[in-house]
Amino acid sequence: MKVSINWLKHYVPINMTIPDLAEALTMAGLEVDAIEDRYAYLDTVVVGEVLSVSPHPNADRLRCCKVDAGGEILSIVCGAPNVAVGMKAPLAKVGTRLPGGVLLEKTRIRGEASCGMLCSETELELGLDRSGLMVLDGSFLPGTPLKEALGLDDVVLEIGLTPNRPDCLSMIGVAREIAAIQNINITKPAVSVLAAAGPLPPSTTITIEAPDHCPRYSARVVGPLTVAPSPFWLQDRLRSVGVRPINNIVDITNFVMLETGQPLHAFDFDFLAGHRIVVKTAAQGEGFVTLDKKQRTLTDQMLMICDGEKPVAIGGVMGGLDSEIKDTTTRVLIESACFNPISIRKTAKTLGLSTDAAYRYERGVDPGGTLFALNRATALMVELGNGAPLGDIMDADFRPAPQPPIHLNVAATNTLLGTDLDSEKMADFLERVEFSVTSRDDQHLVVAIPSFRVDVTLPQDLMEEVARLWGYHHIPTTYPAPPATGPKDSPLMAVRQRIREILVGFGFSEAINYSFISPESGDRIRLNADDPRRSHVTLLNPISEDQAVMRTSLVPGMLETVQRNVSRQQSRIRLFEIGKVFFPQPGALLPVEREMVIAAWTGPVTDPVWHTRERACDFYDIKGVAEGLLKGLGITAATFTACSDDACQYTRTGYTASVFAADGKVIGQVGEVDAGVLHSYQIRQPVFIFEFEGEALAAAMAGTPQMAPIPRFPATDRDITVIVDQDIESNRLIEKLLAFDEPLVEQVSLFDVFSGDPIPDGKKSVSLRVVYRSSERTLEDEAINALHRDLTHRLIAVFDADLPM
Amino acid sequence: MLQGTRVKNTIEEIYQKAVTALSTAANEEAVNQISVQYLGRKGYVTLFLRNISQLPPDERRFAGQRANEVKGLISSAITAAMERLAQDRGVDRIDVSLPGRTPEIGSFHPITQVMNTICEILGKMGFAVVEGPEVESDYYNFEALNIPENHPARAMHDTFYVSDSVVLRTHTSPTQPRVMEKQAPPVRIIAPGKVYRCDSDLTHTPMFHQVEGLLVDEGISFADLKGILTGFVHQMFDDQTTLRFRPSFFPFTEPSAEVDIRCVMCRGKGCRVCSHTGWLEVLGAGMVHPAVFENVGYDPLRYTGFAFGMGIERIAMLKYGIDDIRRYFDNDCRFLRQF
Repeated sequence: MKVSINWLKHYVPINMTIPDLAEALTMAGLEVDAIEDRYAYLDTVVVGEVLSVSPHPNADRLRCCKVDAGGEILSIVCGAPNVAVGMKAPLAKVGTRLPGGVLLEKTRIRGEASCGMLCSETELELGLDRSGLMVLDGSFLPGTPLKEALGLDDVVLEIGLTPNRPDCLSMIGVAREIAAIQNINITKPAVSVLAAAGPLPPSTTITIEAPDHCPRYSARVVGPLTVAPSPFWLQDRLRSVGVRPINNIVDITNFVMLETGQPLHAFDFDFLAGHRIVVKTAAQGEGFVTLDKKQRTLTDQMLMICDGEKPVAIGGVMGGLDSEIKDTTTRVLIESACFNPISIRKTAKTLGLSTDAAYRYERGVDPGGTLFALNRATALMVELGNGAPLGDIMDADFRPAPQPPIHLNVAATNTLLGTDLDSEKMADFLERVEFSVTSRDDQHLVVAIPSFRVDVTLPQDLMEEVARLWGYHHIPTTYPAPPATGPKDSPLMAVRQRIREILVGFGFSEAINYSFISPESGDRIRLNADDPRRSHVTLLNPISEDQAVMRTSLVPGMLETVQRNVSRQQSRIRLFEIGKVFFPQPGALLPVEREMVIAAWTGPVTDPVWHTRERACDFYDIKGVAEGLLKGLGITAATFTACSDDACQYTRTGYTASVFAADGKVIGQVGEVDAGVLHSYQIRQPVFIFEFEGEALAAAMAGTPQMAPIPRFPATDRDITVIVDQDIESNRLIEKLLAFDEPLVEQVSLFDVFSGDPIPDGKKSVSLRVVYRSSERTLEDEAINALHRDLTHRLIAVFDADLPM
Repeated sequence: MLQGTRVKNTIEEIYQKAVTALSTAANEEAVNQISVQYLGRKGYVTLFLRNISQLPPDERRFAGQRANEVKGLISSAITAAMERLAQDRGVDRIDVSLPGRTPEIGSFHPITQVMNTICEILGKMGFAVVEGPEVESDYYNFEALNIPENHPARAMHDTFYVSDSVVLRTHTSPTQPRVMEKQAPPVRIIAPGKVYRCDSDLTHTPMFHQVEGLLVDEGISFADLKGILTGFVHQMFDDQTTLRFRPSFFPFTEPSAEVDIRCVMCRGKGCRVCSHTGWLEVLGAGMVHPAVFENVGYDPLRYTGFAFGMGIERIAMLKYGIDDIRRYFDNDCRFLRQF
């Protein structure tokens, strides 16, 4: 909300500098977001003296002037009838943005150069005279900044109010806080009830049929009056806080709202059928045209202000087009009402309407303040509209009983705040903002809550008042004792961190992709029609269609990231992500959330370097990372097996392995991304990925490792080369050798695979190295040779293998 | 005596021959051969020493002593010969300026790094890390936190809805009631994680990260809140950082506070980063509202506590000088590798 310092000064003296005031307001909970010079737009406007006036060669109504701008003589084309040699007038120089929005530039007007503009009062919003140039006092020196010459000085504070402080959505509310800060009193405008100057039609009534929605409706009629532009002072007040003047009646309602926080509405009284006001909820589906000329469809939850026949306003939100004040209006009914905040909020939200009135009503308007604002507006309309009050004030009042006083325990307050304040001090703070302390002793205060403080209902609310008015900076800083037992973190934290450390160590950078993806992602990564990853948790109000559902896979996000990088000439990419995927859970309120780990590798393995020949990464690179990750996590018993063809959806058939834990459960997948999928992401280079389920990894991790003895005797190794069918998975040979469970076999590794001449078609040769060791003795060559021959023959038998020629 | 002289001559002869051989050795290999020939397992000196026991007793002592001396002398002569050869050959050089064979190293996302630091600092202060769901019920996200339907504070949260009663959590605060429902006081937890708001522009991303903190016990005060958060900020930034606690509003705390730190960029002089205020808002905090305690079955007359929350993206922006929040989720490798 904007407040003008000059306006505030009508209610409270300000005995501090503006920066100090802004700081103090911020520290009292009214955060000052910006301090603006109200007249900043006049920075390039100076006093100009007209030195010469000559006719414009190409236009009868224009004159070419030489104007002394103080130190420089400017050529100005001017159309004002009163321009004359020797007069002093405001000169807006090039670069000025006039209040109407026009930016002055060096220009030619009908062929004549013009370097600025001589201005009228209205053009500078300094008065209402638009007939000619604003005539300045002859004693002003040319070139003097206009602000300085006229003493124009005002500062506007932009205050970011928290939703609990609707009482400060007004000049008086902010003035009250400024007074409390300075420990002085505020002066509210004097308002009295004006006597009726004439009667109202006898049928005039106010009826509230929905008191839950509208606990109070006060109104008064003024007329006959003249609808006309407001006097300058009123227009200027409104403009100072960014409100556009319209006419005296509307301006008065806006002015009083800004001053008191009480929204007002003015109806054309003669338009109200039967001169009646009926406050009731709308009929479901009813139509209504609001002030902004839009057709609205109402619901039976919306509160309407109606006359004897029809709705005339959406209560507290916006008036109707038909009953608005027109130039011809002579009698006005001023509404000063109080509406239920929840009702207003629902209505405003449903209609997508946000008005100054609704903004205040949603937060809570003082139910005790309707008459003050009504009388203030009545007096102003009488004064500025040449009107007279008709009839008496009408006040339909269904307010609930005011809330009982709150008992504030002094000790409890000090305990919560960590302070040592006495009851006198606390009472003083509360009274500064118009709480009344009705009874007090050392230990207790009984505090009556003013009706405008709709936010205060609990002792804690009063404790906050004490704290903020004393100043949070006065509250001591203490340190609670640490707990006797150390914290126990969520177990996944450590696993996640370990995964990150390992992958970072392998050269992968961590990415974070959005949790929402396009509902089309399932098609793009070619998921089978019945794949569970095709059913999503869907957002009702997504940012865009591309981000409309919660992800069920990290793959789409990662591929998009790869594509983005490749398109930016980053073709060598190693990335990973740890994040959640979401699956709807029929019968449960919340979806299942599962943590996944994904890594992607594409492009050359290394940058061009002198020691290694460049090559593109391949399946075995990413598989190696996956194996390294598992090893680093202490998962030693995982196995990689070719993924069945129908299970390869977004990875290439024949180039995909499923990863099994020791208990036979699938914990992840490694593979090359399918070419069609890459095509749909516009990636033109092979990409290799793996995915693991976070909790499955955590479950497969071994406990604390236990030390095995370091061998004391030397090992001996022997090689085997066998020729087997091409489609036998090589690793099966290793697994089989180990499965023979020969105690002397320590380790088996695979060091060569070869197919092609001279190996027959459909066959391959596989070379294995077996490491033999005994924990009890140095092995004799002869014994090992015998054992090795035996194992070789068993292997050949199992795989129907041959020995090489 | 004669025999003694012979013995003496034998060992001296071995020595002399070794010296001569070494002096003419043309390369390291020859020296190594000489080494084996004289000092090896079957070398002359070794054999001589092994046969000493067959000498008359009165000669043994002298012969043993001298043979060991000779062994040492030959050994030194071998070293000297090696050095001479190395010197003769000149110094072999490699280009040490060539890049080494560096294993590549990746990087932790800056959000992760800041989150880890926060959890570490607060962990040392006794806060345990807990986690909660990202798709959350309206109850935990709002109701349990004293934000009923149609409360104006809901306007502060641009909420993504999954259904009438399910939302993407708009803050990490739902972990507060979730933990308190399951655990009796004292409670001392932090909850890091992703949160969501349907707001996307230059300074907002629809997903971001927060860390929530909650401490509940008997006798916990606002002064304690100031202490913990001051300690935290001093470790997170530096211990000269000035803090400012000012009143604010959150429906689930009363009193509520916003915590600002002196701008780390301009030290309070005013700059673009702090919007020329000299202050940066880094934390929201407050004393747990009694309604929240009642919702989870805690006795608000017996227990008090405080909660706090902070946005990670903003802290990471300050720490790393990141200029655009959208970079975090754009995942440009050139960005990620910098951290």
